[in-house]
Order: sequence, then structure tokens, then C-alpha cells
Amino acid sequence: MKEKTVFELSVAGRKGVTLSDCDVPSKPLEDLLGEENLRDSLPMPELSEMDTVRHFTALSRNNYSIDNGFYPLGSCTMKYNPKMNEAIAKMPGFAGLHPLQFEETIQGALELIEHLERILTEIAGMYACSVQPAAGAHGELLGLMMIHAYHKSRGDDQREWVLIPDSAHGTNPASAARCGFKVKSVPTNSEGLTDVQALKRMLNDTVAAFMLTNPNTTGLFEKDICTICDVVHQSGGLVYCDGANMNALLGIARPGDMGFDVMHFNLHKTFSTPHGGGGPGCGAVAVTKKLEPFLPTPRIERARDQYRLNYDRPQSIGRIHSFYGAFLVAVRAYAYIRNLGADGLRQVAEMAVLNANYIRSKMKDAYEIPHDRFCMHEVVLSASHQKKTCGVRALDISKRLMDYGYHPPTNYFPLIIPEALMIEPTETENKETLDAFCDAMLSIAKEADENPDILISAPHNTDIGRLNETVALKQLNVNWLTHHKEKKDA
Amino acid sequence: MSIPENLKYTNSHEWLQIDGDVATIGITDHAQAELGDIVYLELPEAGRVLQKEEVFGTVESVKAVSELYSPVSGEVIETNAPLCDATETINKDPYNTAWLLKVKVSKPDELNDLMDAKAYSKLIEE
Repeated sequence: MKEKTVFELSVAGRKGVTLSDCDVPSKPLEDLLGEENLRDSLPMPELSEMDTVRHFTALSRNNYSIDNGFYPLGSCTMKYNPKMNEAIAKMPGFAGLHPLQFEETIQGALELIEHLERILTEIAGMYACSVQPAAGAHGELLGLMMIHAYHKSRGDDQREWVLIPDSAHGTNPASAARCGFKVKSVPTNSEGLTDVQALKRMLNDTVAAFMLTNPNTTGLFEKDICTICDVVHQSGGLVYCDGANMNALLGIARPGDMGFDVMHFNLHKTFSTPHGGGGPGCGAVAVTKKLEPFLPTPRIERARDQYRLNYDRPQSIGRIHSFYGAFLVAVRAYAYIRNLGADGLRQVAEMAVLNANYIRSKMKDAYEIPHDRFCMHEVVLSASHQKKTCGVRALDISKRLMDYGYHPPTNYFPLIIPEALMIEPTETENKETLDAFCDAMLSIAKEADENPDILISAPHNTDIGRLNETVALKQLNVNWLTHHKEKKDA
Repeated sequence: MSIPENLKYTNSHEWLQIDGDVATIGITDHAQAELGDIVYLELPEAGRVLQKEEVFGTVESVKAVSELYSPVSGEVIETNAPLCDATETINKDPYNTAWLLKVKVSKPDELNDLMDAKAYSKLIEE
């Protein structure tokens, strides 16, 4: 049953609390505030305490989260965040710090950040790292600003283009454009990988950088990565690694060894810190030696057993975040990394890749798999066959999954795969969970053949059926009062 | 899928109707179906001179943002500006009321590069 809003549940005069009698003489409100300041245009809902508790509890039960079910969106949205990380981040020594405390009173916090930056540098196979950026796209912007500063420092001012594969995350071209670069799209070849010949033809002395996600968004490892980095470097450009898919590589392969010059990690993806509701996250950026002078200030440095914040870095691009980024996110990531250790991190990648390939092998008779070979941590299916034969699209399959009690996977991304369904199970799911999800997907494929209408009109078992996304985009109204007024006026 | 016989088509799913030296341009039924509900449209100003295959606008649906490419070179003489406030028309009637641009064709030879309905229908079947 659809839960009413608090305004609809409201009954005039109903109260949630009873205040004790006032022990000073009471005065009418008009006398206290002045009649001109009183208005009745903002009615407050009037409910009993019990009604209020039931209302919000009912709403909370409509949430779907990884704590109550499998999430095929994977690390991209939220992989499992061990509860221990939360407990550690809430320790008063971390949570009670004030950002304006003197350096000598926050030595432990500075040590943690400095240590985390060193660990991330090692995982990246690079030279230095900053955990200041608050998100992946923020990290991309920082990386590109440093690339810009690097070329400028060499008098290489004409490099105005950034090349980006057509399979890339939308943030890549957005960050490049935000940084003042012009963007050109590099095609993907029939194997689902960067078309190296096309890339070569596009490279010249006006190209500042090539941005690449590895493994790329089709879930495939860019096996020509060393050649790619070589040809970009030969033309004087730099190579940026979007580390969104590091879950597949942890402890196994390092972007720095592949030839990348700069990368961002999403601590809130790979290192299991929360990022629901838009943050705070952490898009830590790691760089090779030649980009190190451009890292944002302040830098945390250690001198004679004391950590200090160094602002004296003349080539730095400046600050990218107030204070030193989202500190408690760094604490959670540090706890996660230290708890797993090097072997544990490697196992994360191994299990993530194994789980994705398990799903791929179970799906391949029911769904088209555009690049059907070993994938990395995610597998991209296509509903093209269903669309052609029974008029069922990726969106309908996603909606139907909700009837089976699952959150839908990413759909229609990457853009180069028609009717894409991207599934990332992550490392923490066991075989029983994966089997149950696969059974649902197979059952849906069967329904598509036999009774497509049940998919096209899905979901049926949720409180609210299929939403009109166009109206949601063009006439979004989240204010009940104006909505109610519009309805009354109509 | 509707593919009118009297129109010309591009690889990037625009249609074009010729009337003397004026070409009316829009996006195809296939394009609107692939995009899904269209929520935003950006068109150029009249007077802008376009080269063949130049980006002349943007169309955004609930699924994706796509660029619009001019099938021919020439000057924009009229745009269907009211469409920007009624983008659902593109989904409903892509070939008639939802035309996007009228262009005065400067290189008529370019029209020979466009596909007829039969070739376009083959393209989208692939």
C-alpha cells in the first residue's frame, strides 16, 4: 500500500507531545510576537507520536540497500561497507577532531592520511598521492589541472585537446571541458577495446592527454595499454587513468606500471567507504614523479618524527578542498586496507572477477553478451535479442527484476552497447546469492519469450509502479504544498 | 518503424526533405525510439552557416544525450523553436510537426551522399 504523506495523515488539533503546564503567566502569541508576524500559510502536519513513528518506519522499509539485498550495481553505487570501518570512524579521537586544531595536536590524523597516501601510491604504482579531492570527478578535474600545469610549465601551451574513448564515463569529457580542454572521442574496436590505430591518427602536439578507464566500461581489460601509453607519450601527451574500476586490479596490476601518468581512485568505490546521497566521498589522485610538484596544497610531510602541513609549493595548482578533504572517509578506507592487508586486497580483485565471470557464464544462453570472453569485475549483457524478438527492452528487464526483489543493474551504459545491462556483483557475494540472482534473470528471459507484457508493465510488486521519467525530469515537484495547490487549482 | 519513402536519411539518423533549394531536417522515428522520452532540445540560431556533418544541436532523453549532425552544408533559414518547449512532439510525430531546421542548401551535390528509405531501413535492421 502506498504510504500517505505526513500532510495527508494530519488531523487538525492532534498532538504528538503534551507539554507540562507553564509555570509563568501565559500571554497570547499576538502579544509576544506581534500580530503582523503571525501567519497561517505554512501549516504543519499534526500527528500523534505513534502515527509519526509508524509513518517514518514505513518509509524506511521502502529503502533498498545492500544491507537487505543483492545490489548488481556493484562498487559503482555501493559495495558492502564492513561495519568495523564505521565503528573506527566514530572513535572520538577521529570523529571529535576540529579542522582548525594546531598541527601538533592532530599528529595521529596526519600520520593516518600520510600513511594512506603512501599505501595508495604503492597500489597505483606511482610516486605520490593526495586524498584531498571529494569525489571521482573532482579527482579527474585535479588530474587534468595538473596535466594543464605540467604542459604549461614546459612552454607546451598549444595542447588543448583531451582524447577520450566513446565507452568512457560521462564525467571524463565533463571534467576535461570544465578544465578548459576540448574533447575528441576515440572509437572502440570490435573487440570492445580502444582502437589503437584510430588513437594514433588522432595524436599530435595539440593533444594534452588521453583519458582511459582500465578495465574499461565494457568490463574488459585494455590489453594494449602499454602500447597506448607509449604512443601517447611519444606525441608528448600524458595518460590519465580513471580508476573507477580498480576493484578488478587491486594487488594484481598497477596503473603506474602500465604507463599511466596520473590516476584517481574512488575510495568510496574500491575501498569500501559509503557514498550514498552524493558524498562525502574521496577521489584520491596518484601521480608519477613528473607531476608531483603540481599536487594540491597543503601536502602532509614528515620531518623529524613530526607531521606538518606544507603550503610552500610554488608549482602546486593550489587548494582543491577546504582543510584536507573528507577525513573520516580516509579513516574508513585506511581501516579497510589495513584490515585486509596486501593479500586480502588481491583476494578482493580475484573474487570480484570470479563472481562477474560466474554470472557471465550463467547468462550466456539467455542474453546476448557482446564481447563474450573473460571479463573483469563486471559483465555487460545486451537485451538486443529480446528487443528484436519480443519487444522487451533493457529497461523492462530492469523493472521486472524489482518484482523479484532485486535492485536493477546499471542499464543503457556503456552507450556503445545497445540495450546494455551492466552487472557488477562485487567480491562479497556468495555462490547462493549469485545463483538466486541468476535464476531471476533466467526466469525473466523466459517470461520475455512467453509473456512479454508482464515485463513491459513491470514492476508489479512494488508500492509504486513505473514512474513517468519525463515528467520527473521536466516538472519535478517535491513540495507537497505546491503540488496540493496545483491539484486543487486543476 | 516508420520510414517515409519521400525523405533522405543519414547514418546518424537524421531525415531530410528537399523542396527546391531548401532542406527540412529532423530526426527519424528510429532515433526517437532509441532515445526514449526526449526532454531537452537545443537548436542553432537562424542565420548560422553549417557545414555538412557539423553539430547543429543537442537532443537529450531520459537515457542519453546525443548530438545532431547537419546532413548538408548551408545556412539555417528557420528553426522550429517552439519544439524546445514541447520535446515530447519529437517522440510522437518525428517526421511532421517535429521538424527541427530549414537549411538553404549551398552544395546540392552533397544530397547524393544521403540514403533513400530502402538503404536506411537496411541500416537500422543491422
